[in-house]
Amino acid sequence: MNSANRPGIINFLTRRRGGKRFDIADVITYAYLLTGALVMFGPVVWLVMSSFKPLAGLYEFPPTFLPYKQESVVVEGYNKPLDLYDVKLPDGTTRRLAQISQIGIGARMIDPAAPKEEPIDIRIEQRTPVRAIYFEWDNYVGAVEKFPFLTYLQNSVIVTVVATLVTLLINSMAAYALSKYEFRGRDAILLIIISTLMVPVSVIMIPAFLVIAKVGWTNNLWGLIIPGAATPTGVFLLRQYMLTIPDDLIQSARIDGASEWRIYSQIILPLTGPALAVLAIFSVMWRWNDFLWPLIVVSQSELFTLQVGLNAFQGELNQQWNYILAMTVLTLLPITIVFALLEKYITSGIATTGMK
Amino acid sequence: MRSTRFWFSGDIFLQPFLWTLALLDYVLAPLQKLIGYKRMAYFFVLPNLLIFGIFILIPMLLNFYYGFTGGDSILLENRAVVGTANFEKIFACQDFTRPNTCSEDLFWRGAWNTTGFVVFQVGFMILFSLLTALALNREIHGRGFFRAMFFYPVLLSPVVVALIWKWILQFQNGVLNAFLVSLGLTKVPWLLDARWAQFWVIAISIWAQMGFFTLILLAGLQSIPKEMYEAASMDGANKWRTFWNVTMPLLMPTMTVVLVLALIRAVQVFDQVFVLTHGGPGTATMYIVQYIYRTAFEFRNYGMAAAASLVLAIVLLLLTIGQLLMQRRQEAV
Repeated sequence: MNSANRPGIINFLTRRRGGKRFDIADVITYAYLLTGALVMFGPVVWLVMSSFKPLAGLYEFPPTFLPYKQESVVVEGYNKPLDLYDVKLPDGTTRRLAQISQIGIGARMIDPAAPKEEPIDIRIEQRTPVRAIYFEWDNYVGAVEKFPFLTYLQNSVIVTVVATLVTLLINSMAAYALSKYEFRGRDAILLIIISTLMVPVSVIMIPAFLVIAKVGWTNNLWGLIIPGAATPTGVFLLRQYMLTIPDDLIQSARIDGASEWRIYSQIILPLTGPALAVLAIFSVMWRWNDFLWPLIVVSQSELFTLQVGLNAFQGELNQQWNYILAMTVLTLLPITIVFALLEKYITSGIATTGMK
Repeated sequence: MRSTRFWFSGDIFLQPFLWTLALLDYVLAPLQKLIGYKRMAYFFVLPNLLIFGIFILIPMLLNFYYGFTGGDSILLENRAVVGTANFEKIFACQDFTRPNTCSEDLFWRGAWNTTGFVVFQVGFMILFSLLTALALNREIHGRGFFRAMFFYPVLLSPVVVALIWKWILQFQNGVLNAFLVSLGLTKVPWLLDARWAQFWVIAISIWAQMGFFTLILLAGLQSIPKEMYEAASMDGANKWRTFWNVTMPLLMPTMTVVLVLALIRAVQVFDQVFVLTHGGPGTATMYIVQYIYRTAFEFRNYGMAAAASLVLAIVLLLLTIGQLLMQRRQEAV
């Protein structure tokens, strides 16, 4: 049977680029990639589904994938709504009853339609709860209202936005000087910058904290913003990009009487757009996810960023997973939206610059 | 990149930024008149260099001073010079492979934990990244989708990553234990058992980072010229031989970069583990950066912490030099 005789859908599903047919290597490839995609994305889906479960659902074992809530009903003569169960009666019939009370392994049930009738006593293994899919938004409401979540969010947004703007500005200025001027000390400066590409916060955290303390920036958002702004990666990336801009452009602008600052801000920067965009995306990612540095610098909880706040929460609220899960989802949401919109930009940016 | 079809061209954000900068010309044009256009270069590097000097270079130098002083004050003037005492204490060991015999046993525990982490994390991560990159490099449908799926965890913060997995690995009601129970097995205390905690810390760190390395390896694979494969198939080489004799040698420069980046990052493992296990159970997942953090900010032994971070810096330096040497050798071949 050649491929033209096959039903269209199978033909479509088994078609390959280049028109060749499936072989065993393809099957293995797809099996690997599908399993991988499940392992990579499944945990996040699980987190999101769990964040919508009512507290009782979170501690249920075995857990369900979808969030459920036990249905309840208001019965005449009882103050609280009563939980509904499907009860298998000794005569073999199943009736939907409301539970009045549970004592040990026994439960006292009542028919919600006939509250005046005599209650029925059953053993608990006879009943199964009546449940419906239910998304518990209270986890999110509680996370935002009961905890200073919005303060942390605000701090994170301020730090991310301001730090990214500062980074773009000073890194591009330095990159311009290092790519388009001949001046004494240029090579030395370049060498120092490149050699510190490999100096992580973890190596200098103690003296860096002292410097922050001396400057008076402990418990100050500037202490989070400024120190990381002079990124060697950014300077290097922008410089490499600016080297490809022809010098003639700058010469003719000078002849036309443009000031150096005007040349930088009106000619060079717009031409560096793509490299600036890549750096901006990375800067947002670095700052939004930064943990060790804010953990060292900030000790007052009203200045916590989302990451530090989230860590503090999970230490304090050991049992309140419903709020922790909701806050975790809220924390990963912005970066997920950015990724969904800019996926091509981000992946091609990383593939070409090899940085994170 | 500029002619991208994407609605986001960056210009929407760039333009207001540029207009604001243009206003600065009213201040900076007179400055240029004063110092001449050539010296404006110094003005351009100044902000970056200043921040760089104050927050990176000075701390780098101060780290040496801290390493050779003692006491529990972070202020330099209150610290007594103790010479090499901190380093001597770190290296005062009867048997380096048994931390219990060392006077600074936590350092060596951290160092050995880190060594184990680095070997397994880097080894398996590169293996999985390479397999994924090879799979993505085949002629397949949905390459963009799969690439995005594998890359997505890279963007998540370490805190979020740790919490996602902490929830899955819960002992009483975690989904993984539910799966085990459904298979008729018993629940495992994943994060309270030293071996399992070490396993999960490595597995989760691979989960969170491999998308990044996959992407770099994929770029490396795609830069291999098609003619090389055509030549190999004309010579009658099968797929296996083509892989070992064409793909791997040409991928080696990329592999070197990936290896060194992965090593440097693995040596510094901290934040995700700090949230997930806080170094526990006991000290089973306490790695060297957490040792430095604890020694400095919990025990206030800044001198010892600085000495340890200098040792770490030397290790990182050696790794970087190793990369340079390997690159040079590859270029020479």
